[in-house]
Amino acid sequence: MAQPTIVWKFPTGGIDTLSALPKLAAKILITVLIGGFLGATLVRLAPGFGVDEGELDARLSDRSIQALRETRANEPNLFLFYFRYLSRLLHGDLGTSRTLQRPVLQLVDERLPETLKSVALGLALGWSAGFLLAVAVVMSRAWLLDLLGSLLVGVLLCLPAAVLAMLFVLAQAPARLLLGLVVFPKIFRYSRNLLARSSALPHVLTARAKGLGNMRVLVWHVLPTAAPQFLALLGVTVSVAFTAAIPMEALCDIPGIGQLAWKAALGRDAALLVNLTMIVTLVTLVANSASDMMGKTFRASEP
Amino acid sequence: MKKALASFVLLTLIALGSNRLLAQSGGELRFCLRSEPKTLNPLLAADDASETVRYLTGGVLVRVNRLTQELEAELATSWKVTNAGKTITFQLRNGLRFSDGTPFSADDVAYTMQQLMDPALHSPTGDAFRSSEGKVETEVLPKGRVRITFPAPIAGLERLFDQVAIMSAKSPQKELAVLGPYFVGENKAGSYLILKRNPNYWEKDPSGRPLPYIESVRLDVQQNRDIEMLRLTRGEIHFINSLDAEYFDKVVAQDPSMAHDAGASLDSEEMWFNQVASSPLPSYKKAWFTSTNFRQAISESINREDIARIVFRGHARPAVGPVSPANKLWFNAKLQARPFDQKSALQRLAQDGFHLQDGVLRDRAGHAVEFSVITNAGNKYREHMATMIQQDLSGIGIKLNVVTLDFPSLIERITDTFDYEACLLGLVNDELDPNAQMTVWLSSADSHQWNPSQKTPATAWEAEIDKLMRAQASTLDPKKRKADFDKVQEIAWQQEPFIYLVNKNALSAVSPAVHNAHPVVLRPQVYWNIDQLSLTSEVARNR
Amino acid sequence: MKWARTTAIVFLLAVSAACLLANVIAPASYAHQFREEPNVSPSRQHLLGTDDLGRDRFSRVLYGTRVSLLLAPAAALLSSLLAAFVGGIAGFAGGRLERCVMAGTDLFLSLPWLFLLITVRALLPLNVSPMVSVLITFAMLGCLGWAGAARIICADARALAQSDFILLARASGSTGFRLLWRHLVPNLKPVLYAQFWISVPVFILTEANLGILGLGVAEPLPSWGSLLRELEGFAGISGQPWQLVPLILFILVVSSFHLVLTKEELPV
Repeated sequence: MAQPTIVWKFPTGGIDTLSALPKLAAKILITVLIGGFLGATLVRLAPGFGVDEGELDARLSDRSIQALRETRANEPNLFLFYFRYLSRLLHGDLGTSRTLQRPVLQLVDERLPETLKSVALGLALGWSAGFLLAVAVVMSRAWLLDLLGSLLVGVLLCLPAAVLAMLFVLAQAPARLLLGLVVFPKIFRYSRNLLARSSALPHVLTARAKGLGNMRVLVWHVLPTAAPQFLALLGVTVSVAFTAAIPMEALCDIPGIGQLAWKAALGRDAALLVNLTMIVTLVTLVANSASDMMGKTFRASEP
Repeated sequence: MKKALASFVLLTLIALGSNRLLAQSGGELRFCLRSEPKTLNPLLAADDASETVRYLTGGVLVRVNRLTQELEAELATSWKVTNAGKTITFQLRNGLRFSDGTPFSADDVAYTMQQLMDPALHSPTGDAFRSSEGKVETEVLPKGRVRITFPAPIAGLERLFDQVAIMSAKSPQKELAVLGPYFVGENKAGSYLILKRNPNYWEKDPSGRPLPYIESVRLDVQQNRDIEMLRLTRGEIHFINSLDAEYFDKVVAQDPSMAHDAGASLDSEEMWFNQVASSPLPSYKKAWFTSTNFRQAISESINREDIARIVFRGHARPAVGPVSPANKLWFNAKLQARPFDQKSALQRLAQDGFHLQDGVLRDRAGHAVEFSVITNAGNKYREHMATMIQQDLSGIGIKLNVVTLDFPSLIERITDTFDYEACLLGLVNDELDPNAQMTVWLSSADSHQWNPSQKTPATAWEAEIDKLMRAQASTLDPKKRKADFDKVQEIAWQQEPFIYLVNKNALSAVSPAVHNAHPVVLRPQVYWNIDQLSLTSEVARNR
Repeated sequence: MKWARTTAIVFLLAVSAACLLANVIAPASYAHQFREEPNVSPSRQHLLGTDDLGRDRFSRVLYGTRVSLLLAPAAALLSSLLAAFVGGIAGFAGGRLERCVMAGTDLFLSLPWLFLLITVRALLPLNVSPMVSVLITFAMLGCLGWAGAARIICADARALAQSDFILLARASGSTGFRLLWRHLVPNLKPVLYAQFWISVPVFILTEANLGILGLGVAEPLPSWGSLLRELEGFAGISGQPWQLVPLILFILVVSSFHLVLTKEELPV
């Protein structure tokens, strides 16, 4: 029996790849800048921007409270703020956090590795568990396994993050793995449905009818068909993981940028929030663009 | 009789001595901070975490003993207040050094005062000394003395120095060179701080052993109270300085010896109505809120006993007024908490033309009495209090809408836009002296929450309070001050600008591994005598 | 699986009926505080005990189910439809439109929407009714929750646009909206169902967490989210298993939704 041939198509010619990258980089840069500006807008327009908890401190004199208020009033309007921010950015200065009284660059430098660790671990766990379970469900065609998988996912989706965090702490398990439980349901659910649909395609049924084993069917027929969607899912889960890191780090007191973002949000810290928004936008765009590019390189064909 | 007394003294000495014998040097004390310190500069410390670090590292001239509430000598061996309360002279200890070895002298006190009184410095510590406009003069006198003169008298002046950590004028380490029992050894931002024993700390125990006993203190940044609680039960931390009522009961259930209830704290929870004339409220609501009868009726309709019993699980007591009964020196013992009496409340409201119609309370013009109370979201106790008040007020036909807001939004409403009707918040009192509440009671002040920054007092009773607060601040006669402040409390009780709800108890949990801990009401409740705390020998050996 | 699906349908109908008839079934008002009985165990008078303020938990579960069961699926439907619309059209059209829409989607995913929610709360009058507040919350969640799924749907739509049956449909003269609606959308259903099913519990939990911003249900109106908040912290492990009933009900309802939708998916 002839083996099916998979053709992995890469962008034609080095010149095409090279010319695509600067365009992509420019697109990412513009989107990140727009993201930063929109983030700044949202913060500036939110109620409570420009106030400080210190204003409620009864130990402060009226002069001190006025001085606190004047510090806020000195902050320029939105466009000026963003323009000054970009000018400083060109010199490598990300500004100073008002809530933590430290340079933003220092804060990000300290905390980004923690978040990256958590996200990496979380994605590794989520994808391994979610994808493998989905594969097992689809290839085994066991309704009981499907039901149990769905129940597990249902339980995980329904458990509040604070309860999950508590369970982790009780079990003395690393809190970073909590992110894995956050992305696992999405990965399992989408993977299961994508694989199930791909498995029902005519060429897969034909391959099965011809006596190909499960593993061969999976690797040579099912996965390539669904590859672009899986890659899109991968990109999305990166951004989901980053977003989920915010409450997770706040709950478990992990000093990452998620916790920083939460504090910045509660303190209306514009300098910090603009930078964090841009980081998250950059990560999201890079992850999704990478998954798009990889998706476009796959093309499966059969002789 | 003499024999009995001698025996008692002997036993006491033995007990004290054995305590010391048991007190092993070494070990690491661990507890949690609720947030990371915003600053390590002691003059700028305003948040809890920064104040904790300041307390543990800062050397002060005098210290308020949190147990006895009396002033004790620290870096100063004696002090004298003269010039009608405008001048204070300290006699400093000789031969002391900062943690980095820099010698301590009166110049350092002068330097610290100069930094503290810098007009550009806006901190609670500095503001406490700003009695009026004018320069503060600090003179370095011979024989290790320093004299500080203020432009106007400051009542309770000496006690304010409990908050002033002396900084070195010469040390290259700046604020990191300290005179307290510990210095900052390691600081992982957002994660933990490790404070190490100050080798140059001046104090020794009665047997001549250098203090502190404990080698180091680890402060973990832990916002999650559940995790903090779990860590205590696992022995990962040694105490929780300020415990919520719900967790207190869990500690009691687990190990009653760990749980400490020091009684009513200085803090209070209260509700107030917006009485700002320029607020964007409809005029009929402004009329309600500015009516004394209305406020008194609302106060009488709230069941404080239930709030103390249910929300705080019995670890609170109905509040009387601006001063907690824990403040024995200043509390007006003649006042009682308003009893829960809805019949009386309705009678009061009737005096202002309110009437019940089909179970709904209406004002003279027929408006149904409905208003909202804002409080900060995420505080379970305040949300519960508001919900209980909601049910209480429904008993007299009032519809209360509970609105929880995130803190910045709430602050904006109560300090800037005044777009709110009622607010439920708490007042944290660190100080016993009524001067600490000056900015709350003066009608011109920003912290006069119900109607801040008045150009002239809006009501006669607020004018009276202004007069009384200024009078008590400008005299050194303790009897006169007490009489004046008693009157302020009476007016506050009568007029109910703040409807005081409860005074929470000072609850803490301390591991049996910690010796000589005597949790008290004043902050810091547990580690106020940090230099005399010790850990059990097993713990010390393991560290 | 047929029996499982039937059981799920019956269960959902029973729960819906119970919460619609809450006014009749509930032994007490969801707001009434039995102040002498806070945190009591289940009894004849209080089938699931009472909460911290002495409110009958069973009554609160009934009324809370009404709020969440009605609003969360509606919000999930809204977000799924928006995701289908945006992702479907972008993927189907391809080219520059797809690239622009996906860039916009990525941007949408990254922005701190927390502030929009806070701003909406600020714009609402303080005396707005709890029901209106929760309606607005869920509507906002529906409007904001589409971006993640849109990406996957776009990739799916892109792949489907090249498939044989679409080519055949085009060859038969089907174009534009008709092509999209009759041929593309039905094949996007697996992804849409996954999105819908995941969104329901996520929105319920998000509504609970938004309480920290003053959004979501206002006291005394219960919702599943506010009932689940009881489980946070030590309360969840306090040895009072009846407190888990809202969570168990939540899991069963969400799982039942899944089982009901399973029939529409391609057979394994």
